[in-house]
Parts: sequence; C-alpha cells; structure tokens
Amino acid sequence: MHDSRTNPAFLRGMTQSRSVTRRDAFRMAGLSAAGLALAACGVQGKKVAAPQKDAVAEYWAAQKKNGTLRFANWPLYIDKDGKKYPSLDLFTKDTGIQVDYQEAIQDNSTFFGKVQPLLAANNDIGYDLMVLTNGLQLSKAIELGYLVPLDHSKLPNFAANAAPKVKNPTWDPNNTHTIPWTVGLTGIAYNPKYVDEVTSMEDLWNPKYKGKVGMMLDTQEVANFGMFALGIDPDTSGEADWRKAGEKLKQQRDAGLVRKYYENDYVDALARGDVWITMAWSGDIFQQVAEGKDLKFVVPQEGGTIWTDNMCIPKTAQNPVDALTLMDYVYQPKIATMLVEYINYITPVPATKDLVLADAEKATGDDKASLEQIANSPLIYPSEADQAKLRSYKALTSAEEKIFESIFQPVTQG
Amino acid sequence: MKRFAPYLLILPGGLWLVIFLVVPMVFMASVSTQEGDVVNGFVQTFNFSVYGDALVQYQTQFLRSAGYGLVATVISIAMAYPVAYWIAFKGGARKSTYLLLVLLPFFVSFVLRTVSWKFLLADDGILLSPMKSMGLVPDDFHVLQTTTAVIGGLVYNYLPFMILPIYVALERVDPRVVEAAQDLYAAKRSAFTKVVLPLSLPGVFAGVLMTFVPMTADYVNAGILGGPQNTMIGNIIQTKYLVNNDYPTAAALSFTLMAVMLIGIFAYAKALGTENVLEAAAR
Repeated sequence: MHDSRTNPAFLRGMTQSRSVTRRDAFRMAGLSAAGLALAACGVQGKKVAAPQKDAVAEYWAAQKKNGTLRFANWPLYIDKDGKKYPSLDLFTKDTGIQVDYQEAIQDNSTFFGKVQPLLAANNDIGYDLMVLTNGLQLSKAIELGYLVPLDHSKLPNFAANAAPKVKNPTWDPNNTHTIPWTVGLTGIAYNPKYVDEVTSMEDLWNPKYKGKVGMMLDTQEVANFGMFALGIDPDTSGEADWRKAGEKLKQQRDAGLVRKYYENDYVDALARGDVWITMAWSGDIFQQVAEGKDLKFVVPQEGGTIWTDNMCIPKTAQNPVDALTLMDYVYQPKIATMLVEYINYITPVPATKDLVLADAEKATGDDKASLEQIANSPLIYPSEADQAKLRSYKALTSAEEKIFESIFQPVTQG
Repeated sequence: MKRFAPYLLILPGGLWLVIFLVVPMVFMASVSTQEGDVVNGFVQTFNFSVYGDALVQYQTQFLRSAGYGLVATVISIAMAYPVAYWIAFKGGARKSTYLLLVLLPFFVSFVLRTVSWKFLLADDGILLSPMKSMGLVPDDFHVLQTTTAVIGGLVYNYLPFMILPIYVALERVDPRVVEAAQDLYAAKRSAFTKVVLPLSLPGVFAGVLMTFVPMTADYVNAGILGGPQNTMIGNIIQTKYLVNNDYPTAAALSFTLMAVMLIGIFAYAKALGTENVLEAAAR
C-alpha cells in the first residue's frame, strides 16, 4: 500500500486548502465515492473565446436546410390574423420552410434559467431561433458560447436594409451572434383620467399617486429609472451611484407609492386601473391605444431606456440554416412593414416608414388613421433629439452583476 | 423467494425515491456549498457560511412565509372542518357528489384560478367598482397586492387538501360511538368534543401536513396576488435559481426551509402525541 503522506499528489494538495478540505470532509461523511461524482459536476459553466472565422465557416458548411423551424418569441410580437401569422405564411410560401411559432418567452431571466442547463449539457432546447433582450442573459449566453456565430454572407437583406444604428452593437460587436428583431423604449405610461400630464421622472415619486405606481421587477429596468431620477447616466455609473439609486427606489417603495414590481403584466394592471402611472414599454402602450384605451406614453425629460430584442440561434439548434433564412427574410422592407404595422415597436428597417405611409394611402377609415399614426409616431420612428435622451442597460461583468443585484433585488423583493 | 418478496414490493417505490429524491438531494447539498457563477463555473469549496448568510439576509421572508403558512392553515382548518363534518354526517347518499364539488376547482389550472382573482378583485373590477361607487369602501381601498390577498389565495388553493383528510377521519367515526356517548348522558356538545373531535384529530394533522408545508413554500400566490412587501421565501428561491443563476444560495435556502419545516412538523407531532397521530395520518 501507498502511504498517502509521501504521495506527491497529496503533498501538492496540502498547499491548496480547498482540495484538502474537500477530501477531509468527504472522509468524515464517508461519502468519498459520491464525492468523486460530485467533484466532476462542480463546474457548470465555462467562458469561451470569440469564435474563429474558420470555425464559423466550418459550422455552416456542415449544416443544411431541413424545411422546418422552431421559433421562440415573446407574446404579441408578430403580425397575426386570427390564428394565422401572415408574414410567416409568406415565408413558408417563399422558402418552403414550415415554422412552428411559439410565444414561449415572457421574461429573459426565466427563459434563460430554463434553457441554460440544457445548453450547458449540449441538449436541444426545443427551439432553433429565439429572441433575447440585450442584457445580462444575452451577455451570459454569448460569453458561454451558447449562440451560433452567424454567417453574414447569408444575411444580405440585413446588410442592405438594417439601420446603421442597430449594426455593430456594444453587446455583440459586428453582430457576430445576433441581429435585432425590434427595438423599444422604456418610459412612463399613465392614465390621463387620474394623472396630470407627466413630463418628469419625479411623477413616479409623487405622493398623490400613492399605491397606484407600477415599477418593473427587472433589476436593470428599475435601476435605470432610479439613476435617471437622480440625474446619473447609467452608462458611466458605478457602485456608489447604484447605492444612491437603490436608496431612492427604496424610499419610493417604503412610502407605499409602489403597488407592485411588475413583469409583462403591468399592461393589464394599467388597463384594469390597479395602477395609474407605471414604467412601461413603448409598443405595449401603443397597442393599447390602438385598441381604443385612453393611455399616454412619455419618455421623461431625465431620460429613458432603449433596448433591443435580438434574434439568435442556440448552439444546439436542429435547423440553424432555416433559422438564418428567417433572420434575413424579415429584413426585407415589405416583410418588416408587415411586422411593424402590428408590433408597433421601433423597427430596425427604416425604409418601412415610406411603405407604412403608402399602405395608409391605400387604406380607409380607422385603418388609415392608425397607419398614419404609426408612421408619424416618435415612439416608432424616434427623432434624433429623442434618441439623445435614451440610454441602454449598463453592461455588467459577473462581479459587477453580483453587486448590482445585491443592491436592486432587495428593493423589488422586499 | 418468500424472504425476498417484501423487498420486491418496496423496489419500485424505493428506486423511484432514490433516483428522484435522494440523488438530487445529495447533488443539491453539494451545490449549496459551491462558490462561483454561471459564466466562470462553480467550484466545490465547502462554503458552509452561505447557510448563515442566506438565513440572515432573508430572515424577513422566512418569518413572513411561516406566518402566512400558519394563518392560512388555521383559517383552512376553521373552514374545512365544518364542511368535512357536514359531508361525513349529513351528506347522506350524495356524499360523493359533494366530494367531487370540493375537488372540482382542481380541474382548472392552478395559475388560471389564481389569475382569475386578479380580474375579480381589480381596483376598478366587477366587485370593487360597485362597492366604491356605493361608498361601501373608500376610493383607495384595494385587495390585490395586500397580505389579505396572498393569504386568501393560499387558503383558496389548498382548502381541498384540508377538507379531504378531515373528511376521511370523520367518515371512520362509527355513529354508534356517538350514540354510546349519548347513552352515557353526554350532551351533544360534549359527545363532539370528547368523542368525535379526538377521533378526527389524525385527519386534521394530515391536513396540516398537506397544506402548511406547500403553503409556506408557495410562490405563485405571493407572485400574482402579492405586492412589494409580500415576498415569500419561495419567491426568493425562484429568483435565485432562475433569475440570478445563483444555485448555491438557492440550494442553501431550500435546505434551510426544509430543515425548519421538518423541525416544526416533528415538534407539532410530538405535542400531539407522535405515535397514534403519525400512524393515523398515514392511514
């Protein structure tokens, strides 16, 4: 038998407190066999380097079109005619690819939480194409190598028709892994029946609306608003700024102003009268207004948040070529027009504005009015001046994220 | 062969529990003492301090959950006992119909039932709007996003789990023992408190087990009906797992919750007299 004291591996282990502790603890518990198994599953994630050009070409060379596509998107995020999706039907007609369209994503973190273990284990997540907002989860997905790098030679419509602003975003340089589905704004929505005209962030802190203020559960969303209220630019903010913003938000909550920290369901709460004034996403409110609700949306003078929902292909996709085909297909101005006329968020294809106006020419009555409203809306085609007030989510490293969450989560989950 | 027969009986259930309960528990126990994050990976460091830290950080939510669970359980007993009693003794030939009615809400999805509360109780909804215009309640009165709404949701969703075991226990009470008590000059009231009630306690105990534990760990009701000050420990665990991908803290919180509840349940069983109650609850 080998004396473990003279075993070089053991001596090496002595200098690393971790492995000794582990060994001793397992010995005490008498679980050494289980311990071996568990040590193997200690590492759940691993950062990957940026993809090499050859690797991208190699990956795509090995793929072929399968004629089916499983698409995971958010609710109310595509044109719909009864039970049909006209743009997807056109896509099927033009390319022969059948689309299984699912409104599977309600929330970035929950969706990522569900698919992350599958991607880590290299298993199919059930989708070939998904839409994620630029934020913590998308950054993680890119860092962990969960997304297929795109073959831009197969994306000619994107190259030709995408707005320069949406190309080469900070969270995904050169659009290596993602291209936008839509862009949206986070501002303030309110019910003019109960609330005077809103111009400032301070109205969310107005004691008049006690118990009738809605804020968002998403920490990055709520943090940005705390910072805007204090005149802090999220882009250049640091820990000290976050603490101040956290205090500002806590004060709002403890004064009983906040009814709830909402996810997507803030729209219902606003429509039902549970809240009178709330943080809101532009397109949601536009859709409500188009349905005849009397609601207003503003980007407050202190600033608002701009975000992008991005199409991307998970690394375990079964039909990546079909996914890539759709990604490019929706960048045709004709298709992008069909989408924006229904979705009412900012389209990444600026050429749609004239097409929407042309459609308005042809339409009559209510349709004409609503199409004209879309083409002329600053929320769908924002002006340069508006855009200057807008900020993105702060990009956070893993270490920063921990601090950030430890400041803002106790606000929303008191 | 005869010697092995009992083991063969336990084999399917035993294997099931080992694979789907014991193994994951050991895994989660291991995860709870790891350190790291999802991008850089988790490393086993036997960091037991996470238990203390998590308990201190989330003590409010722990206490709140226990409080909600307790109040909701007491309300459930108060509501379930008379219903179970009535079905068991006065239900007559239609007992099974009444039991079906008790279970009927379960044929509707849990989330849908809870969400429908939101429509019913909305500030300008079909219930509160007329009450406000009649001046019965002040204009800023609301039910949603209050403690009342969360506890109400808990009771509503778990009530059948209290009714059924109490009903089963009462159903077993032989009407002749009640007659015997009355023959021995017991008034109706004391026949109930001295005979029926003690005989039905195992049912109440089983009901408490089946409601208090899931109610305390529940996160759907607080998430849908609660407000910023109603976060329960289940919501924190869910956020830690799915939002922050902070698996160690989530696992540590889960184990702490489990330990606290096991201790509570055993203390409760002890107070009621473990032997007959635990056995009876299993019947």
